[in-house]
Amino acid sequence: MNAAAHGETLAAVSNYVFPNDLHVHWSLMIVLYPYITGLVAGAFIVSSLYHVFHIKSLKPVARFSLLFALAFLICATWPLLNHLGHPERAMSMMLTPNPTSAMAGFGYIYSAYFIVLLLEILFIFRPVVVELGKTATGFKKRLYGILSIGSDNVSVKALKLDHKIIAFLAAIGIPMACVLHGYVGFIFGGIKANPLWATPLMPLIFLLSACVSGIAGIIFSYILIMKVSGRKIDVDCVQTLIQFLWGFFILDFVFEMLELFSHFYMATHHWHTLEALYSGPLFNTFWVYQVGIFSVIPFFLLMIMSLIRFKDSLLLFFAPIVSVMILLQVLLMRWNVVVGGQLMSKSERGATTFHPMWFEKEGLLPAIIIMIAPVVILWFIGKVLPFWMDKDSAEAA
Amino acid sequence: MNEIDIKKEIQKDRRAFIKNVLSGAIAGSLLVVIPAGAALDERLPEQIPGMRGDKSTFTKKRFAFVVDVTACIGCGSCCVADKNEYNVPDGNYRTWVERYVIDDHDGVFVDSPNGGLDGYTKPRTDIPHPVRDTFFVPKLCNMCEKPSCVQVCPVGATYKTEDGFTLVDQKRCVGCGYCIQACPYSVRFLNPVTRTAEKCTWCYHRVRKGLLPACVNVCPVHARKFGDLNDKNSEVYKILREPHVISVLKPGMGNQPALHYLGLRREVV
Ligand code: SF4
Ligand code: SF4
Repeated sequence: MNAAAHGETLAAVSNYVFPNDLHVHWSLMIVLYPYITGLVAGAFIVSSLYHVFHIKSLKPVARFSLLFALAFLICATWPLLNHLGHPERAMSMMLTPNPTSAMAGFGYIYSAYFIVLLLEILFIFRPVVVELGKTATGFKKRLYGILSIGSDNVSVKALKLDHKIIAFLAAIGIPMACVLHGYVGFIFGGIKANPLWATPLMPLIFLLSACVSGIAGIIFSYILIMKVSGRKIDVDCVQTLIQFLWGFFILDFVFEMLELFSHFYMATHHWHTLEALYSGPLFNTFWVYQVGIFSVIPFFLLMIMSLIRFKDSLLLFFAPIVSVMILLQVLLMRWNVVVGGQLMSKSERGATTFHPMWFEKEGLLPAIIIMIAPVVILWFIGKVLPFWMDKDSAEAA
Repeated sequence: MNEIDIKKEIQKDRRAFIKNVLSGAIAGSLLVVIPAGAALDERLPEQIPGMRGDKSTFTKKRFAFVVDVTACIGCGSCCVADKNEYNVPDGNYRTWVERYVIDDHDGVFVDSPNGGLDGYTKPRTDIPHPVRDTFFVPKLCNMCEKPSCVQVCPVGATYKTEDGFTLVDQKRCVGCGYCIQACPYSVRFLNPVTRTAEKCTWCYHRVRKGLLPACVNVCPVHARKFGDLNDKNSEVYKILREPHVISVLKPGMGNQPALHYLGLRREVV
């Protein structure tokens, strides 16, 4: 009677999953949702580092990051809508919200953030738009007319006012980006029934990983677009981004590990379940991939790249690699949290399994389409608003 | 209620009815001649005193459910009654019965094949040591005083009535599944047909007509008990007042269930 003598009779001898826990209700779409909002928040932070904190070397990507954020923000609701059983009723979340629901706030936070981001983009691009409007014809001319917010005044005085507005928008944009993503973390962190999710660290971890993924996304797409379009890459800018990436990733990774360590150290009865989860169904996706390959390697790579000034060609070789690794790390983290959390049954005695299918409503194919969509949208945006400042338009601005 | 409805109701209830008769629960009423014409619920004897006359939106009653773990024999009648009552899609469960087997090395073996719907007719053969104890635990919605499902539902489709029922409005539910994540007892599922959240309602529609929940009605050993705590004559009131071994599931969650277990064992989660 060893176990019983210590009140320890919860030994999970049999893998017992509550009958309703065999289904994983939140699958790929809900993995993508925090991933996409994270990219948005992170890209916005990059732009704010320049616009608010005046990190001058980030100038080349400051505008691009905003457009990048916009493209992804446009798609942020898609996975949610695809996930809902009744997307036609989605608006009731905003029209008749339940004030105690963490989820009900998303519509408001999302819309508010959308407006701020859009306004900031319009003000930043106004001089460029006015300039482009002068030479454009037909539909494009009308479009630029709308985008210039009805004013083609680019006098020094007008631009000064613009700058004040931009600074203000960027400043309130930072807390809003933090709220947007911290809040997404809270959607999970507030679920007491799930021991993997229910931690006050969840919003923080989500926020930090958002910053990390956004910066990595910008580094990768910046280098890629520049290479493809045959422009000159600003190495200083890449170097600075790498340093910020390292800084944010230190925090992100440390908190991810601390969260796990606290669970382990406190060893409440939840640890039983979590331990089984991390050593069982999540062993590969968490320990091997998320931690082993896509955290430890980029961590040291970033450290070396930040501390030692690489030759330009070497930097531009490693920067995209490390960025993609970080992007995958964050995607894996989302997977391990969202899907992993649902693998353990609330029976505390077992785990279910989950394998995404290609052609389901929420399967791999729709997921890939949703991830490609922002790239396509970004391309269209780029047709109207130039990502990079060429000499002429820079002078005009 | 029109005639077709009545037929459907009788169809639904037949199995429950026969089971009860067989178990002797209402054998005495077998010869009662049911007058034709009146609505079915009127023709059946009132099972919850004072419900028929109460036409208010919310009654003044305080309902509680008691499951007697020591009585349950794992026959699965309740699960069958439930599936018939609600046409529950296969693989989803509004209620289920778990089987616990504890061997003399304190290994705890739990299973619930098909939610216990088929009854536990065969013993487990994979227990490595001699069995020291075994029992069945029926599960259903806990009708929490502080329901997490209601807290998280973004559109208020899951709500709590004043007399203690947590219900889902299928016309409002957006099918987000948040409530399914939030319920500590995993009693919810997403109905693949309606694409909305669903769970046990303690047969609210029956209770409003003075009838006991379908599962309570059919249980041959009276392991499921239902009643009004404001009624001092009700069985549930007496059980909860008397010095029995009574507990709720996962008390640490703070949900304060109105579902109580008589003789609950610490192995049960
Ligand atoms: S048991 Fe679950 S579904 Fe039922 S009231 Fe409590 S939280 Fe809601
Ligand atoms: S699935 Fe329906 S009932 Fe559940 S939280 Fe979402 S809207 Fe509410």
